[in-house]
Amino acid sequence: MSEPVISVRNLQVEFVTRRATLRAIDGVSFDIHKGEVLGVVGESGAGKSVTGAAIIGLIEPPGRISGGEILLNGRRIDNLSPEEMRKVRGRKVAMIFQDPLTSLNPLFRVGEQLVETIRTHLQMNERQARDRAVELLTEVGIPAPEKRIDGYPHEFSGGMRQRVVIALALCAEPDFIVADEPTTALDVSVQAQIISLIKKLGRERGMAVMLVTHDMGVIAETADRVAVMYAGRLAEIGPVRDVVQRPMHPYAKGLMGAIPTLEASTERLVQIPGSMPRLSSIPRGCAFNPRCADVFARCHVDQPLPLSVQGRQVACHLYENERLKTAEVAR
Amino acid sequence: MLAYILRSLTQATLVMLAVAFIAFSMFRYVGDPVASIVGQDATLKDRQELTESLGLNDPFPLQFVRFLGNALQGDFGISYRQGRPVAELLIERLPATIELAVISAAVALGLGLMLGIYAALNRRGVIANIVMSLSLIGVSLPTFLIGIGLIFLFSVYLRWLPSFGRGEVVAFGWWTTGLLTDSGRKSLIMPVITLGFFQLTLIMRLVRAEMLEVMRTEYIKFARARGLSDGSVHFRHALRNAMVPVITITGLQLGSIIAFAIVTETVFNWPGLGALFVRSVEVVDIPVMAAYLMFVGLVFVVVNLIVDVLYFLVDPRLRGGITVPSR
Repeated sequence: MSEPVISVRNLQVEFVTRRATLRAIDGVSFDIHKGEVLGVVGESGAGKSVTGAAIIGLIEPPGRISGGEILLNGRRIDNLSPEEMRKVRGRKVAMIFQDPLTSLNPLFRVGEQLVETIRTHLQMNERQARDRAVELLTEVGIPAPEKRIDGYPHEFSGGMRQRVVIALALCAEPDFIVADEPTTALDVSVQAQIISLIKKLGRERGMAVMLVTHDMGVIAETADRVAVMYAGRLAEIGPVRDVVQRPMHPYAKGLMGAIPTLEASTERLVQIPGSMPRLSSIPRGCAFNPRCADVFARCHVDQPLPLSVQGRQVACHLYENERLKTAEVAR
Repeated sequence: MLAYILRSLTQATLVMLAVAFIAFSMFRYVGDPVASIVGQDATLKDRQELTESLGLNDPFPLQFVRFLGNALQGDFGISYRQGRPVAELLIERLPATIELAVISAAVALGLGLMLGIYAALNRRGVIANIVMSLSLIGVSLPTFLIGIGLIFLFSVYLRWLPSFGRGEVVAFGWWTTGLLTDSGRKSLIMPVITLGFFQLTLIMRLVRAEMLEVMRTEYIKFARARGLSDGSVHFRHALRNAMVPVITITGLQLGSIIAFAIVTETVFNWPGLGALFVRSVEVVDIPVMAAYLMFVGLVFVVVNLIVDVLYFLVDPRLRGGITVPSR
């Protein structure tokens, strides 16, 4: 396979507070290739959004990247100066936010925001930038863009605003885009439209997309691969069909078991007992051990490292033997 | 736009009518105007004649309308104590107050904005924290104390600045200014600081708080995520949003600078409207007090009108869906 657009290697993010240093992201690694959509799922606070923010260099103090590397097209971007990173942001990597109602500046016309963004990154005059803005609005499916470009954000509906947000993110043709729960704040009927728009744009433009969401349905439909995060660590990452249908990590199993289906006539949905630990009290060993049904002695001692099993990576001691077996077979 | 301004104007007119009514009631019913004018040894006949000639026997509404009509023509009656038209007294005192207030307001607004933005952008900086701590003094110290403290330091102890009056003034027609003479400028320094210090610190703290609030919003994060420059994010996107509430408070504060310079004028013996008002209260000079009340009302109404129009210009959401029909 060609070089990945985004390569995150052993990323660590820490938040320094007065009491302690909290590790929000601990040893997360993944690649995203051209035209690929990586879905990232997990409970609130699992570190999904922080990972996205780390990639586009928008972790706010007291947070900081304390270890690992982030490579964009093979070039490190996590150690760039703020000014250099600013030029990468929007130009090479972009981000779509959760709530389209709050992510547009209410006091500026949509066109002003688009033109400003375009002219920040591309050598264009006002006229050219405006033409490009109209093109972008057309591309994201806004009707009568020549007229709507002079509208203010409050004159757009939620779904239309999210389309504007997407157009803004696409201004300079980025190679990589983080979509941080782009449909959570939208009506169900509009969600599907926005998701298919993101998927279509990603495919047509060959962008790498990191789609952060709670919605397993969205993941199943959109993503090529899926990463399951828990307490700042990757539990499992692999092709979407494998992970959704045959999850291996006990947490992933619990997560997938909690999806209601029409076929299965179970009385109750599976539920993972307990809740995710606070960052200040992540247990020793495997972070999931207090809630895991298959827990054994080693889980309380060693932090499991990602194992390559059956075409995916699983961070669980249960599969240590299986990996050895496959390794023996291979030998 | 026009409808909006018309609505604001209507409100302004109603407020002014209410103020005029209060002023009129004061004029008519606080104390006896006749007794105030003729003194104690006038005969009953003199009193009745005066009552009749002042129109005090007419029905109440008619008196009010006459009062309004006179006020609109700038006629506020004659001062009981000085025997001169009230309007003349006010105009004589106006330049001193306006000059003091406008300079104070400009200093408070300019410095307040700059320091507020600075303190917001360098939230953890040493200088920003020192400025913030000092501003607490400005918010909590009473005006007269600041004035007296300044006089003690710069007039009594250091002997750099005069402690009272306007110094030499230059006249242009009915307007007088102290800005063109050395002593006039020197005399302005301490009253300007005294009058503006509270507003300065208030505006600064407000601007800082609003900026910090806006900097936390999603649209600022999104602006950063698009790679816009810091300058644009701070001064284009953030500041404009922070200005919406700042305009309201600042408008009211600047109004009160002009209207209530009373304390400062008293401390520095500044020959302005505030000092005139204090003197009038001491001697129960009702026409002057009533006119001053109307003046204060007018200042606030005009300032509010300006604030309304500024809102309209800053925030497109108030303009309604004019540009394009919503989908």
